[in-house]
Formats: sequence, C-alpha cells, structure tokens
Amino acid sequence: MSQTKPGQPHDPHDPQAPQDDESPRMRAVVGSDRIEEEIFGRVFDGKVTQRVWQFVRPYKRNVVISVAAVVTFTLSQLTIPLLIRYAIDNGMAPDAPSTILLGIVALFAIVIAINFFASRVQELVTGRMAEDVLFDIRRAMFSHLQRVSLSFMDKTEVGRLMSRLQGDVNSMQEFLETSVLAIGDLLLLFGIVAVMLWLDWQLALMVLTVIPVLFGVRILWLTRARAAFMAAHEANSITNGALAEAIHGVRAVQAMDRANLNAELYEELVDNTYKAQLRASKLSQIMIPIVDTLTGSAMAVVAVAGGLMVVSGRIEVGVMVAFLFYIQRFFDPIRSLTMQYSVMQRAMASGHRLTEVLDVDVDVEDAVDASPLGDSDDGSVEFRNVTFGYNPEHPVLKDVSFRVNSGETVALVGPTGSGKSSSMALIHRFYDVQNGTVLVGGRDVRDVTQKSLGRHIAMVLQEPYLFTGTVRDNIRYATDWADDEAVVEAAIAVGAHDFIEALPQGYDTMLAERGSNLSLGQRQLLSFARALVTDAKILIMDEATANIDSYTEMQIQKALQRLLEGRTGLVIAHRLATIRNADRILVLQQGRLVEQGDHDTLIEHGGLYAQLYQLNYASFDDLPDELSDEDRTLAT
Amino acid sequence: MTKNIHAGREASSDRVFRRTATVDRQAGLGAIARITRMAFRYPIRAWLALIATVAAVLMQLSIPVILGRAVDQTQAVAASMAEPETLYPIALLLFIASIARGIFTLVQNYTAESVGHALAQDIRNAVYGKIQSLPFSFHDRTHSGDLITVGMLDLEGVRMFFSTALVRTVLLGLLIGLGATLLLSTNLALGLLALSFVPFAGWRSTVMRLALRRTWLILQERLGVLSQVMEENLAGIRVVRAFASSEYEMKKFEVASKSALELSHERIETRVKNTSAMTLAFFISMGLVLYVGGRQVASGDITLGTLATFLTFMTILQMPVRQLGMMVNGYARASTCGARLFALIDHEAEIENAPDAQDLKITNGTLKLENVSFAYEGNTDRPAVSGISFEAHKGETVGIVGPPGSGKTTLMHLIPRFYDPTQGSISIDGQDIRDATLSSVRQAVAVVQQDSFLFTTSIENNIAYADPFTETREIRGVAESAQLHDYILGLPGKYGTIVGERGVSLSGGQRQRLSIARTLMMKPTVLIFDDSTAAIDAGTENRIRTALKDYAKDCVTLIVAHRLASLMHADRILFLEEGRIIEQGSHEELLKLEGRYSDLHELQMRPNAEILANKVDTQ
Repeated sequence: MSQTKPGQPHDPHDPQAPQDDESPRMRAVVGSDRIEEEIFGRVFDGKVTQRVWQFVRPYKRNVVISVAAVVTFTLSQLTIPLLIRYAIDNGMAPDAPSTILLGIVALFAIVIAINFFASRVQELVTGRMAEDVLFDIRRAMFSHLQRVSLSFMDKTEVGRLMSRLQGDVNSMQEFLETSVLAIGDLLLLFGIVAVMLWLDWQLALMVLTVIPVLFGVRILWLTRARAAFMAAHEANSITNGALAEAIHGVRAVQAMDRANLNAELYEELVDNTYKAQLRASKLSQIMIPIVDTLTGSAMAVVAVAGGLMVVSGRIEVGVMVAFLFYIQRFFDPIRSLTMQYSVMQRAMASGHRLTEVLDVDVDVEDAVDASPLGDSDDGSVEFRNVTFGYNPEHPVLKDVSFRVNSGETVALVGPTGSGKSSSMALIHRFYDVQNGTVLVGGRDVRDVTQKSLGRHIAMVLQEPYLFTGTVRDNIRYATDWADDEAVVEAAIAVGAHDFIEALPQGYDTMLAERGSNLSLGQRQLLSFARALVTDAKILIMDEATANIDSYTEMQIQKALQRLLEGRTGLVIAHRLATIRNADRILVLQQGRLVEQGDHDTLIEHGGLYAQLYQLNYASFDDLPDELSDEDRTLAT
Repeated sequence: MTKNIHAGREASSDRVFRRTATVDRQAGLGAIARITRMAFRYPIRAWLALIATVAAVLMQLSIPVILGRAVDQTQAVAASMAEPETLYPIALLLFIASIARGIFTLVQNYTAESVGHALAQDIRNAVYGKIQSLPFSFHDRTHSGDLITVGMLDLEGVRMFFSTALVRTVLLGLLIGLGATLLLSTNLALGLLALSFVPFAGWRSTVMRLALRRTWLILQERLGVLSQVMEENLAGIRVVRAFASSEYEMKKFEVASKSALELSHERIETRVKNTSAMTLAFFISMGLVLYVGGRQVASGDITLGTLATFLTFMTILQMPVRQLGMMVNGYARASTCGARLFALIDHEAEIENAPDAQDLKITNGTLKLENVSFAYEGNTDRPAVSGISFEAHKGETVGIVGPPGSGKTTLMHLIPRFYDPTQGSISIDGQDIRDATLSSVRQAVAVVQQDSFLFTTSIENNIAYADPFTETREIRGVAESAQLHDYILGLPGKYGTIVGERGVSLSGGQRQRLSIARTLMMKPTVLIFDDSTAAIDAGTENRIRTALKDYAKDCVTLIVAHRLASLMHADRILFLEEGRIIEQGSHEELLKLEGRYSDLHELQMRPNAEILANKVDTQ
C-alpha cells in the first residue's frame, strides 16, 4: 500500500485546494482519472543514448546490414528518374536503334530488382531488430524490478511502472525503427539536390529555392500542430477517462442517482474533445495545400525555365522530365525528417524514464561467498540487537533481540507501527538491518543465498494475493517440485479441497482477476495451501484483519493450526484464538520488544498486553488508525 | 465481498461485447448502413466532402495531362513550331491546378474528418448515457474491460469509417475510372500496361490489411497476457519475494514475451512481403510502359508528352492503390466495431421508468416488502431470495444476518431497484417502487455498499457526490458523523486530498467510512448498511453508531452484518438462510429461541480455540 506521496496528482478541474467559498459547481466533476506525463523531452541526451546503445549493441551486425540496405535502396530510388531521362534522350530519338532503349530498360529492370531486395532486407532487418531491442529493454527492466528494494516498490505505483514497461518502451521502438529510415530520408534529400545540381545547376537552383521554404513552413507548422495534437489527445483521454470511470463506478453512480448530472458534465467533455479534434484536424490538413502550392510552383518553374532551356538547347527534354519526377519526391523526406524530430524528442523523454527504472538501486544482493541454507539447517530464528529503519534517521526497530526455537509458535502483537511487519520482512531479508544480526537456522541471513532463504521460509501475507491461472497453478505457484498429489494434499490439509472440488472445473478452474470469483475466506485458504505446499521449515504469517463471517473464520483457524504443525511459526496475530494458541507472545511497542511470555504470564504481568486485552477490541493491533485520546488513556 | 455471488454468472457473461466475438454478417452490414445514415445527419459537411473529392480527383488527373502538354509544347517551341510565350499559360495552368488540388484535398479531408468527429460526439454521449442507465444485471454479466474497449476502440473504428472508407471509395473509384478512361482512350496498349499493376497491388494490399488485422487482434491478446503477467507480478511483488520466485516469474515473462515477439515478427514479415511486392509490380509496369511507350515515341506514334502523362499518372495512382487495403480494412472494422457499438446503444434497459411513473411521495416513511422473491438470470430454479415479507417504519432499525450466500445483499439490492423482484412487491409509503420514477426511488433509498467505489477526485467531491451543490458545512457534518473528519484534517490536502485510483490510498476502514459519509449526504428515507462496517474497528463503529442516532430518527435503517455487535441493538433482527427468513425478533428474543442466531452469538462472543474446533468438527 502506498502512503501519501509528495507530488500527488492534481484534480485538473480544481487546481486549488477547495476553499470554503468555492462554488459548488466545481464539486460536480466526472473523469479526472488520467495519467499526466511529460511527453517531450530534450532532443538529445548523451547519457540516455549511451544506455540505449547498450541494448542495440548486440545487434550491431543488423544495424550495419540495415544501414547498407537503406543506402542501396535510396540510391536505386534516385537512379530511376535518371534512367527515364536517358531513355527519353537517347532511346527515343527517331533515329536511335531499338537496342539502346532495350539496354536502358534492362538496366531499369536490374535497378528495380536491387530496389526490391534492398527494401525487403532493410525493412525486415530494421523492423525485427527494433522489436527485439524493445523486448530486450523490457526484459531487462522487468528483471531489474525483481531485484530492486521493496521500499522502492512500496512507494511506486504499479500503474506508473507499467507505463514505463509499455508506453515508454514502445516509443523507444518507434524511434529505433524510424531512425534507420531517417538515414535514408536524409540521403534521399541530399541525393535529389545533388542529382539536380549535376543535371543542370541553374535550373536546379531555381527549383531548389522551394526546399528551404518547405522546411521553414514545416517547422513553423510543427510547433503549432503539435500543440493542437497534444490538446486533442489530452481532451480525448480526459473524455475516455470519464467513460472508464462511469463504467467502473456505475453502481455508485446509480446508487447516488448522479446519472443525469454526469451525462451533462460528460457532454461538456465530449464537446471540448470535438472542438480540439477539429482544430487538430484543420492543422493537419492545412499542410496539404501549402505543399501542393510549393510543388506546383516548382513544376511551373520547370515548365517555363526548363522549357526555355530545352528550346535554347542548354538541356535535353529528358532532363526536364527527370526534374518533374524529382520534384514530386521532394516532400516525402522533408515530412519524415520533421516527424523524426518529434519521435526523437519523445524517445529521449522515454529513454530518460527507462534509465531511471534501470538505475534504481538493488539494496539486497547475495554475498559473493553466499552459500545455500540446506535441510541440515534447523528452523530457528534469532534477532541479535537488531536496529532497522526505512529511513536510517527514524528506526522502526530499535535494538531488538529474541530467539524462536525450531518448532515453536510465536505470536507478535503490538499497536500499528510497532514494527511487527518490519521484523517479519527482515527475517526474509527483504531489507538489510542497520545494526545487529538476523539469524535463520543459526546463520546470518546475509551469508546465505536469497533463493535458499526463500525455500526455508514460507510466508502468508495479510491480503491473499492470487494470480491469473488455475487453482492448481496458484497452489503450486513457484514450488515446481510439488506434484499434483502434493497440491491436493495441501488443499485437503487446509480444508480448501471441498470448495475447490465444487468449482466448475475443480482444480483446473481458472481464477478471474486476482481470484475475484472466490470469496475472501476461500482466497485465504488458497494462500495457506500455497504456503503449505512449499513444506518450508519456517512459516511467517501476517494474519488477516478483515472480518470474515464466522463460519469461514472457523475453517481458517483450523487450517492455521494445521499449517503450523511441525514448523517454526511467527505470526503477526490479530485474533485472540491465534494468540492464545501460540507458545509465546512477543509484544512490540514503538520498535522495542517490551514484553514476552505466554498469555497467562503476560496478563499477570499487567503490562501493555494486559491493557490491550482488556480493551477488548476485536483484533489486537487493529486499534483504530487514529487512536483517540480517550482510547489511549483507557488503554494505559 | 459481493464477488462470490457473481461467480456462477461470470460464465454466462455477455459475449457480444468481447473483442474476440464474431459479428454476424447481417449485423455488420446493418451497422455500415447505419453509420452512413448517421454521417448524412450532417448533410452539408458530408456532401461537401464528396463534392470536394470529385473536384480533387479532377485536379489530380489534370496535372499529368498538363505536364504532358508542357513537354510537348516545349518540344514544339524547340522545333520552332510555336512561340516561346506559349509556355507561360501552361506553367500557370500547372500552378493553378496544383493549388486547386491542394485546396480541394484539404476540404475533402477536413470535412470528412469533421463528419467523423461529429458522429463520434453523438455516439459518445449515447454510449455514456446508456452505460449509466443499464441495470446491475447487465453490468454483472458484462466485463468492464469489454465495455471500455467498445466505448474507446470501437468508437474509433466507426469514427474513421466516413473518411477512410466511404470517401476513399469514391476517390479511388473516380481516380481509377476516369484515369483508365483517359489513358485507354489515348492509347489502349500503353494504357493497359500502365494500369496493369493496379489489380495486383489492390489485391495484395487488401490481403495484407486483412491479414494484419487478424494478427493484430491476436497480438493484442498476447500483449494483454504479457502485461497481465507483468502487472500481477508488480502488484504482488511481496508474494514473489516471499516465495523467492523471481526465476519462476521470469520464466512466465519469457513465455509470454516470446509468444508476443514471434507474432510481431510475423506481422513485420507480412507487411514487408506485401509492400515490396506492390512496389515491384508498380516498377515492372513502369518499365514496360517505358519500353513500349519509348518505342512508340521513337516511331512517332505518340508524343513524348503523352508518355510523360502516362508515367506521371502512374506515380499519382500508386499511393491510393496501395491504400486500397486500408479502405477495405475500414469497412471490415466499421462493420464489427459498429455492430458491437450499436448492440450496446440499442440494449434495452430492463429497469426503466414506467410510462406513467410519478415521483415518490414520502409521507410516513414506511418500507414494506410483500412476499418478495428474486432469482438471478440463468439460475431461475434456485431463487436467491424467496417469500420475504416485512414492514419497517420511520425510526426503526432492522438487522439482517445469515451465512454467506443466504441472500442478504441480494435483498438489499432489490429495495433501491438495482434489480426488480421476480415475484412480490416492494413499496414505500404505499407506492410500489416500480410505479415511481427511478430517480426518486434511488434518492429515497441509499445503500452503503460493501465494496465502495471511490471516484478519483478530492475527498470533498467524493462526499458530496450525491449532492455536489450542497453547503460545505454539510460535508463537514457527515464526515464528522462517519468519524472521518479528524483523519481528513490530518491529510496534507485536507478535504482537497485526491483519493481513488490515482490518489492517496485509503485503508479498507477509511474507505467504508467515506462511503458512509457520502451516503448520509443523501438524507434518505431508507438507509441500508450492506456489511459496510466490516473493516471498521469496533471502537470506531461504536462512535459512528452513536453519531448516526440523529439520522436514524428520520428513516428506516437496515443493517446487514456478519459481526453481531454491529446489529445487536436493532429493533428487530431477521436471520436469513437460503433466501428465506428463518428466525426473527429482537436480540433477546432470538437468544431465547436458542436457534441459529444464538449459535452464531455463542460462536462470536466466545472466540476460544477449543469451541471453534468443536464447531467445525460437528458441522
């Protein structure tokens, strides 16, 4: 669960924190749920480029091939009008032998064959390479996220990471694919200019004046158009966000009778989108007459100036025709190149965000000489003077020492924020201690491999978390050495077998998103079975606080007992029954171990535990989040 | 959790809106006709688009002809058969035709797109209104993700239809038709050669587009799996770490990633193969025209200008022919997208205002259920609720308890008319709720749901959701009653703090309290708590209960709860089992009965391990 974060998203419809005199209309909003992200960054960022290059490097050969292919392809494109020119000037004269034309057409055939192969090679190689790099980057990020510190994961929204893994990675791919094409475009543009100059420099200079104009207009247009496109995109995503909200919240909308008002508000959003899209559409089309005017004037220049040159014998008519062909190809590379500029900006911004993820520190890593925990190591857990804090300045555990013997069941109790969950996390080495030592099976957790530690310890989290897949997959999860029988046995042991068998396809029933087609109690039982099937020596459990109905509650208590049999158990306990069944109770308060002993001893002792007990709350640590003063005085 | 009661129904979900569902031909054709009709609801723009298309095509065709004239005229001048001045009007004509082509194309594209946008506007509003008015039963069986794709992606498919399919058909038809007439009438053999690439390229382009569309749909599915794998891993990272299963997770990722990558490669291959074949076909025709035409020029059968006209026309025709596939795809997309979209818009809302519905008139505030039964669709032989009758008056509190699946939530959903009973009737102050306007019923009956959906906006807006025009102090008041005010003041943005999906995350108990606060805003006649205090600790719940006494005076309060402490104080308690009331009375009466209620009471009030164990064994 993420806590309050700095830089929370703002409600776009009400940018200021509401004031008392705020107009009530402002409260009526639909769909402010959307991701706001800076889309354009710097055009070039050396560090980002270097990082991305690392992913391209393995495909260096392909890069060379595709660049060679794109150069060949462009050259063949450039050659075609020239061949037409020679055909006209040399092959079509009334007195020319037919072999000349045949020869030129044969040459033409060779050129188009080259063109065909080069374009195939270039597009295939580039396209595939861009895809491969995209998947490689994604894999690297995903695998990195498997190792980064949990505190990073805790404070980062999953949605944000997903947009890195998808949107940002995709814009890198777009960039890689088009950057090879950009080389071709640049070459084509310079090629056209060069060939024209070579054919006739005077005519070329006259015609080429449109190129800077085209570029200028295009760049002026681009900034305006981009603003309009962004605005349209933004308006559209706000509207879509409102639709999504209406779909997800339809029950709340109907229950509170807001459908009519919402429809009115939505209509405004739709209207804004409509206007923004019309504007974007106008801007995107306005370029067409401009380009046509410029190419038209270039053609007119060729028709007049070129015509007069032909008349004066300065050039041949074929040159004039070749010019007309080249002019029609002018605009394509200019368009792609200016587009490429935006793509590159976007890619740099994405690349920057990607490297941010790739650079997140990995706090916990296996020591160089780490050795696995084995079967010979017992299930004992020991804390020796452990101090730990997510922020070193404010330790959540202070000098805590205790030992849990193999096979013992210990309940951890204490108010919210007393450090129970942190202690559990340290046993599994989710974090490293600041001071002191955590020992599992008598060995410092920093000296053993994380993987073996994971096998040694089974964990049941407070909220049962299930994956998409069958019931069987979920119970077995990563315990790939467990066969189907072991899965069924575990399910029987925790009392989940009956309800599983009653599902439409039994153990092969697919669970919907997060197992939402099961009840909370059923999900809990499955997460018990998942822990049981690993047959680990130590079980760490954070008991659920949510109230479930009493019938399921009984089953869960029974399952818990079964789960703890023959294992070391550390349970963050909330239920009285669980606490009373433990061999020992550890009481934590503000990061310190304040009491330990069994229920009767602790009651007799008359300390914090006894007070919590007498408060008679349904659960132990789940004192109200904001424990009121009366409660506090009552408790102490 | 309401979810378990949906379990059985998920299977029979409304598949019509699934992306993978096939759309029948008739519906597809109907959709195209309907989109076209909708487009012509904007007759000026639609016709203007078509007229501009015709004009743009004419200009497009004139350019090669003028270019040919320019070449011929140049040669004539060179041969001193004409004055050099004759070149000027041709150049001017070329210039004007170019500009005119640009302007007509602009008008064509812009008006066509604007028709699309206008159409989208209409459809968006219709979809939104429909989704909000379709009853719970519809939303139970329809996947929310499917509705979102219908409302977003299918909308795009329909929006693009007019500009990419319909107008393009006219454009391409005219261009090929008129162009062919022009070329063939000028020189039959050369014309045939020049046009020879058209059928091939058109065919490849169509085949390619349709293939790409098919693989695209599959690719979307595979990418969906991939993103699910990643998303679940990240959301469940604690489980992943707890089981030290990153290797296993990486394997899952690799499998999903590889299957998506393979398909992407396949897509690239399909695209490249076809586009390069189209280009090759085009150049082959061009080579043939060059040779045959060149021979004819040499022999004086045609002029060089005519050859230039042929070659330029081929260049102009190339692009639209390559885009033929897009056009075909536009039809395919519009027919499936449109069919789904219209299926949604035309979906009949099963719960609607009766034709002569009147607003509820609240006099005494009496709720009465008479012999109410209800069965979920597809489960008609096993009613969720049957034969329920009870009456409750203003100021009374009725508790409802029973094992999971006994029909408590279902019963609570019948009172605000989220569902209509299959038998019996529910009335408020003697008026059957089916005869009253839906809006007045929803305002009179307020439910605090189990799973409360929070809107991504400020806490203040969430609390005032039912009545956004209320006074600020009203908002503070209900927040205080729900024991939320102090917590809110502790937040950095106070009442302006954004909550919901993208805001500060609240604990289960805080969400429920927020949900209570916003329901109190409605000042209902019937106030229902549907197991909505389960995540609130007993102390806070007690304080809420005390604060609610003021509200409870003026309404009927129904409380569904698992925790008996939440409803022991009720005037009357109904014990439900398998959809029927099997015990009822006050807490004391029910204890004396020593039936199911008192069993439950014993179980909850003495949570001792041995008793628990015994109970399970004897069950």
